[in-house]
This record gives sequence, C-alpha cells and structure tokens, in this order.
Amino acid sequence: MRTLTALLPALLPGIVGLAAAARGVDVFAALTDGARRGLELMGRILPSLAVLLPAVYMLRASGALEAFTALCTPLLEHLGIPVETVPLMLLRPLSGSAALAAGGELMAAFGPDSAVGRTAAVMLGSTETTFYVLSVYFGAAGVKKIRHAAAAALCADAAGFLAAAWCVRLLR
Amino acid sequence: MAMTGAWTGMILIAAIYGLAAGNAAAVGAAAAEGAAAAVTLGARMLGAVMFWSGVMEVMARAGFTAALSKRLRPLLYRLFPSSRTDPALAEALSLNVSANLLGLGNAATPAGVTAAVRLRHHGTGDRASDELCRLAVMNTASIQLLPTTVAALRSSLGAADAFDILPAVWVTSLISVTAGLLAERGFSRLT
Repeated sequence: MRTLTALLPALLPGIVGLAAAARGVDVFAALTDGARRGLELMGRILPSLAVLLPAVYMLRASGALEAFTALCTPLLEHLGIPVETVPLMLLRPLSGSAALAAGGELMAAFGPDSAVGRTAAVMLGSTETTFYVLSVYFGAAGVKKIRHAAAAALCADAAGFLAAAWCVRLLR
Repeated sequence: MAMTGAWTGMILIAAIYGLAAGNAAAVGAAAAEGAAAAVTLGARMLGAVMFWSGVMEVMARAGFTAALSKRLRPLLYRLFPSSRTDPALAEALSLNVSANLLGLGNAATPAGVTAAVRLRHHGTGDRASDELCRLAVMNTASIQLLPTTVAALRSSLGAADAFDILPAVWVTSLISVTAGLLAERGFSRLT
C-alpha cells in the first residue's frame, strides 16, 4: 500500500495523459484549462484564508483555544480523537477555507507526518462543507422544509471524524 | 452568514480571553502572523493544486467520468428508485457521483443541482422527499478518490509521501457516507 501511494503521483499523470492522447484529446490544452481552474480555486480560497487564519492564530495566542480543548479532552480522549483537532472539527461543516486554515495550522505545528497532522488531513479529505452543500442543493431545488437532511449530514461528519482518528492509527 | 458569526465569535473570544489572561499583546501579534502564514500557505499550495487540477481535467476529457458513471448506474437505481423511470435524472445522478469521486467539483455541482431539481418534481411541494435528502447527504459526505487539495497542502508542508493518507481517506469516506445514508433512512420516519 505504501509503495503504491508513493508511485501514484509519479505514474498517474502519465497514464491519464496516455489514455487521453489515445482518444484524441488535446492533452496540453486540457492540462492548462484545468490548471487555470486550480488557479481560480486558490484565488477564491486565499482571501478567506487570509482573514480566517489570523482568527485561528489569535484564538490560540489568547489561550482560549487551549482552555476550550482542555474542556473537551475527557470526551475526545475516550473516543480516541486527538484534542488538537477540535477547531478543525467545529469549522469543517461551516467553511472549507476555515477548515483548511485550521488543518494547515495543525500540520505546520505538529508536522504533516505526525499523528495529529495525518488525522487533520484525513478529516479534511473525507468530509465536505456540510452547511454550504445543503444550502446549494435545497436552495436550487427551491425546497424550504429540509426535514432530516441536516441531522443525517452531521451524523456523516461525526462518523467521519471518528473514523479518521481510528484509521490513521490502524492504517499506517 | 454562518461564517459572520463564526469569525466574529473567534475574534471576540480571542480578544476578551487574551485580555483577561494577560495575553493581549500576543493576540495582536498573532493577527499579522496568521495573515502572513495564510499567504505562505496559499503560495506553497498553489503549484500543486494547479498541476493536479490540470491532470483531473485531462481525466474528465479522456472519458473517465463517463465510464465511471455507467458503472454506477445499478447502485444508483437502488438508492434512488425514481431514477428508474426518469433517464435524465439517472444521467444527472451518475454524473454527480462520478465527478465527486474524481474530485471534479465544477462538474459535480451542476449535475447534482439538475438532479435535485428533477427530484423535487417527483416529490411533494416545498417539503423535501427522502430521495432529495439522500442526494444532499451524499454530497455533504465527501467521496473523493484523490483528495488532491489536501495532498497539495501536505506536500507544501514537507510530507514524506503526500498521498500515503489515501487508504485512510477511502475507509473514512466510506464509513462517513454509509453513516449518513443509514441516518437518513433512520431519521426519515421521524420528520
């Protein structure tokens, strides 16, 4: 498994490029079009990152974050979730950039290969911005009574956070 | 709107707690530090995000999305019974799920919205049907095969193997989406 994931970034672009070229796709034009979308994505993320990361940093510098995570420690330790991921878990359903800011801060502080850093990465990679998605889908459909959708979606998030912590410990 | 409250709340708590704990100077310094860190992080991630977005676009144009969406049909007929008699809905649903799997957000959202609008026509007025809730829940649980943005973040911070979290991400995503679908089914009778 380890060697496979190490080979993926090396092999995938080549395989995809070959398959696309064989089907007559203008691979280079597709690459640059896609890269432009990536640039737009980062252009959308960066302004929110630049106002949200200071908020996370300020919260940490004030000591409030530490005090709050200390409150959550008994429960989270019981569940096996690293307490440092509390701000990430709280922000994840609300804003993608805020979660990225919180997760990036954890990975920088603890190292991307540490247990905390890996848990943060898996949490980010396996959940979505729940409330944003709900508002897009129900807004587009013109549906006001969303019934049990939010509760079920938050169950998925909670299960994802728990599973992320467990999987990082078991699958390495 | 939710973020207005979240941001203001974070800043206020930081200011008040910082003052009370005697950390006010550190809180002020942290603002500039965080803003600088955001730009560093963004700049370091940018290249990898652009590269992988390019590769994903090649994947889409090579027909990976179409091939995947054909394979997903049988599963989607079971999850969304009304798509059996509505080919346009089946098409939109399978495109939504396959684009999500490949991490093509710009293709997944329009397809998902099309499916949501069609599901509304099958439902009853402004009250969401079970199937519409199911679609929304599936989209709130990420099911991406290659989480390239997170991998870009990890490699920009010096991870030894940015993609070695993949097995954990797949298992976690599967558990999360299954929990969401089970919760949808379980809560459906209560609302």
